[in-house]
Amino acid sequence: MIFLVLKKILNIIPTIIGVSILSFMLIRFVPGDPVMLMLGERGANPKVYKEMQKSLGLDQPITTQYFQYIKNVIQGDLGKSIITRRKVTHEFGERFPATLELGMMAMIFAIIFGIPLGIIAAIKRNSFFDYFLMGGSLVGYSMPIFWWGLILILFFSVQLGLTPVAGRISVMFDVEPISGFLLIDSLLSDEGIEAFYSSLKHIILPSIAMGTIPLAVIARMTRSSMLEVLGEDYIRTAKAKGLSYKKIIFIHALRNAMIPIITILGLMFGSIITGAILTETIFSWPGIGKWMVASINARDYPVIQGGVLIIASMIVIINALVDVIYLWTNPRMRQ
Amino acid sequence: MKYLVIFILLSLTVLPAFSKPFIYCSEGSPSAFNPQITTDGTSNNAAAHTIYERLIEFKYGETKLEPGLAESWKVTPDGLTYTFKLRKGVKFHKTNFFTPTREFNADDVLFSFNRQRLKKHPFHLVNGGHYEYFSAMEMQTLIKELKKIDSYTIQISLSRPEAPFLANMAMSFMSILSKEYGDQLIQQNKKENIDHYPVGTGPFIFKKYKKDTLIRYYANEDYYKGKPNIDKLVFSITTDPSVRYQKLKTGECDLIIEPSPADLSDIRKNQHISLQEGPGMNIAYLAMNVKKKPFDDLNVRKAINHALNRNSYINAIYMGNATVAKNPIPPSLWSYNNNIPGYDYNIAKAKKFIKRSKYPNGFETELWTLPVTRPYNPNGKKMGEMMQADLAKIGIKVKLVSYDWPTYLSKSRQGEHQLIQLGWTGDNGDPDNFLYVLLGCSSVDAGSNVSKWCNNKFNKKIVAAKTTTNINKRTKLYKEAQNIFYQRAPWVPIAHSTIFRAMKNNVKGYKIDPLGGDIFTHVSFE
Repeated sequence: MIFLVLKKILNIIPTIIGVSILSFMLIRFVPGDPVMLMLGERGANPKVYKEMQKSLGLDQPITTQYFQYIKNVIQGDLGKSIITRRKVTHEFGERFPATLELGMMAMIFAIIFGIPLGIIAAIKRNSFFDYFLMGGSLVGYSMPIFWWGLILILFFSVQLGLTPVAGRISVMFDVEPISGFLLIDSLLSDEGIEAFYSSLKHIILPSIAMGTIPLAVIARMTRSSMLEVLGEDYIRTAKAKGLSYKKIIFIHALRNAMIPIITILGLMFGSIITGAILTETIFSWPGIGKWMVASINARDYPVIQGGVLIIASMIVIINALVDVIYLWTNPRMRQ
Repeated sequence: MKYLVIFILLSLTVLPAFSKPFIYCSEGSPSAFNPQITTDGTSNNAAAHTIYERLIEFKYGETKLEPGLAESWKVTPDGLTYTFKLRKGVKFHKTNFFTPTREFNADDVLFSFNRQRLKKHPFHLVNGGHYEYFSAMEMQTLIKELKKIDSYTIQISLSRPEAPFLANMAMSFMSILSKEYGDQLIQQNKKENIDHYPVGTGPFIFKKYKKDTLIRYYANEDYYKGKPNIDKLVFSITTDPSVRYQKLKTGECDLIIEPSPADLSDIRKNQHISLQEGPGMNIAYLAMNVKKKPFDDLNVRKAINHALNRNSYINAIYMGNATVAKNPIPPSLWSYNNNIPGYDYNIAKAKKFIKRSKYPNGFETELWTLPVTRPYNPNGKKMGEMMQADLAKIGIKVKLVSYDWPTYLSKSRQGEHQLIQLGWTGDNGDPDNFLYVLLGCSSVDAGSNVSKWCNNKFNKKIVAAKTTTNINKRTKLYKEAQNIFYQRAPWVPIAHSTIFRAMKNNVKGYKIDPLGGDIFTHVSFE
């Protein structure tokens, strides 16, 4: 068992090295460099241009640049952004809580609605409700987030005036970051409960926009998993024993049906980040999705490399943890 | 208890009225709060017109110069020495990270300019050590010496006469920072804060920047021109233009930058919102690479000028929000030559010129379409398609090509193109900033002259205009230069686009800045 766990952990290292090479090289293969973009239509005479490249260290051969970069990464230094000239780790740390908060709210939204809807669809299999729901989830899954976000804004914010259009909290409140989660920080701050309501109102629409695809996936997954379990012999036995319908569904069936759903939830961490890129752009949400998009447009090499490396490492480590938990819970996997 | 309830209710109704900030919905996050090191308009708005000031300023809503932190200045007849008398009694901002003990003086000017100029300056290498604007405007070679005569007088000697120098001094990158603050940062070993925690003399004091969310400012009570009308200013960062408009409608913004062209007609109908428009100091053009065949042939260039129906582009691409260009500079700029007739859309004339050229049966060529939306051209690809159809009428078969933006810039700099769409937004309201940068001989190498057109007669005029400070002489020279440009036709000037700002009806005193900035010093609520 320990050997297997060690093997899993050691497997992480080559993956992360691979990611670092890919993120480093790919962005450099894309034509155009940061200096060119900073100058824009203006241009500069070749001497000035070379000097500017030199000041950013871009005049070195790409392999030298890479090894220098890796040397710094090992020492915990991901470099400084070319545009803002601040530390990448610092910039990441400031934005990540916003993405995590939104991601968690989106997942809560997806779970609260996805699981019950999936259960109902499974129980009422082949009914109108089932078809309606599964058709609806297909629509939800294939809806472009960009369009869906704008529709939500137009309906809830502009037509009904129920929620704010964009942002994380009203500009009237000035909440100091403590945990980085505004829903918590607003309660801790001296701005009072009003600030909490404001941040809650702001997070509703982006959570719906971001949680719609996971909701559709969870609903479909719950339905099929429930159907499979409901067809098992032990359910028939439970029914034959005369157990109440509620008990059969919630205690016997749902518990077993949840296993694959939980697996899916773990794997959705990666999709939260991709969802964040679009959602954050529409709702002006100050998280890492918006940050990465801006840095790619500006060819801000250190930010792109560093951001991708941190996110990829997180995903790899979470997946490795899930594997280890599997090994621990399921003896059959150890062979 | 009863009194407590009344008190709370009263405070709820009264307090917000006092503390209502002015909310400006901006389009992006500033990269830093120091115009010395930034080049983008977003960062410029966030610092240059709110926090900082310069020795010379542009008049509000105009491109004329007026005294700023310098009360007056003198130029020697040879145009080589400038002496600035500095204003007394100007205070730097008191913030929670810095408390000034002295007023603005010559040391601050030296500190600010030398940071960009001298490699040995303690802040030169801080935060990267590159100063794009300072380098690109050739200030490095232009300023020979910078001297403090006394606490309120400084003298700048130039290596050559340069008439646009005063206009350059009003540009954002020549903003004045506090030397005392710099010294404090050196002591605290926090030099990099100079570009992120700003201290200036301007109308607003920086309070806080929340990454990608908002920037807060206070009004500067001690501002030497008088406290601004609004007490608090907030930049609420909203990247999507449609979302900005929705926020304006719901009252989450008081004024928004660049609404989406698609929303303009809706904005015009909205009774609670007013739309301001102003001529942009910009030009969109189609450059012809005169170093390549067949564009070395003047007849071909004239034929293309007559063949393009620019009015149709303005209707279809700018939704009517632009004017047809005939000169390489916008009409709002002094020395604009209105006597030039321009090339009208006339297929018969175009055909005549093609017949006269070395290619009477037409030819095949490539046209590079602008890959990004720029203020001067909202849709390069669509414009390219319309140009393709127009040119087909006179026998020129066009293949449309595009690259991503950085590649586009780098390839055009090397002159790989034949026909290319590009444009320019003015920096300082001086014709030199268009004519020398975009069409001067020395700009061929620098890359900004993409038609690679180097005409001795034209170049002599713009260099002469650069080296004399007499405005009448300069105007005459620039008008003549525009005439040569018209006759030699290295470009097809296409359009000058209009700038838009939408705001709530109760916003008063806002003027569109022809140089593209957003300035809130004179803004108030009705």
